[in-house]
Amino acid sequence: MLLITCPWCGPRDEIEFTCGGEAHRARPQDPAATDDAAFADFLFMRTNPKGLQRERWCHSQGCRRWFNLERSTITHEITRIYKMGEQPEASADATSPARQGGQP
Amino acid sequence: MPAGTGGSSIFLALDGAWFLIGDDLMSELDRAACTVPLGLSAKAFAEAAGTRLALAELVPPGALNLRGDLADHGFVSKACAVLGCELPRAPNSVQSAGELTVLWLGPDEWLVLTAPGGEISLAERLEEALLETHVAVTDVSGNRAHLRLKGAAAREVLAKGCPLDLHPRMFKPGSCAQTVLARTSMLLHLLDDAPTFDLFPRRSFAPYVVAWLVDAMRDHEGVFLNAA
Ligand SMILES: [Zn+2]
Repeated sequence: MLLITCPWCGPRDEIEFTCGGEAHRARPQDPAATDDAAFADFLFMRTNPKGLQRERWCHSQGCRRWFNLERSTITHEITRIYKMGEQPEASADATSPARQGGQP
Repeated sequence: MPAGTGGSSIFLALDGAWFLIGDDLMSELDRAACTVPLGLSAKAFAEAAGTRLALAELVPPGALNLRGDLADHGFVSKACAVLGCELPRAPNSVQSAGELTVLWLGPDEWLVLTAPGGEISLAERLEEALLETHVAVTDVSGNRAHLRLKGAAAREVLAKGCPLDLHPRMFKPGSCAQTVLARTSMLLHLLDDAPTFDLFPRRSFAPYVVAWLVDAMRDHEGVFLNAA
């Protein structure tokens, strides 16, 4: 069970939250001009790193706000929590730098 | 262990700790659509002042959901002028003035509680004052039931099904929190050090929450429930 610090409400139990998957995935600017393979990649494929991953979480049973969280997929250690629209530097051992340059 | 029926309520007591439920809990629970659905007596609850654990249902207050931008000074000043009350800015805090209580729900969202029936004119006054402002005023009076749990063991009763840190050092009077109680969404408001908790479950969940609370209260302070 994780103890997650909501940027607004402070530390709360994991059961109050919903995980929204990998963060900072940029939707193609012009989907109509994007070929099927590229759009399928955006739609279905995820980085799935072994290590630090940035994810969207929603405090769904609390303030119902979305925020970003950086978590180790190996240890579940939470290394960073930041609000939507923010894009802090990657932690030293982040494993998916390519993904983190995208738009939120 | 005196247990007896008085009027429409059953009083259950042992060593001065007692609580009360409707005389036929299940049939009362079926009346969930009524104004006072659960048959818990607010009057009897008031008479229970000084006892160690009591649960009551109150008539649900008039409730408005207010959304607006705290950075917009026009919004803040106009809303506060109508409410006669500050908007709580700190997460999970409460401001009140007169019969109005404003609970923080989010950085741009508040729950305004007023006397039952008072929500209609309050909404009209808010909408009129905030006509030119980017806000949302929504009547949510039918959304939640209103329960009150009071007594020295209240924190322990809630802690059985609530992951929130309810220790007096962490959760103080004047705090509110949207959290989970017994796997259902719950809005909690701690009124005083008694401690007295106001509980606002979703209305359709209220019968379940009351049944859960009655069960959770059983083994506290020797309270004994005899359903017969
Ligand atoms: Zn929150």
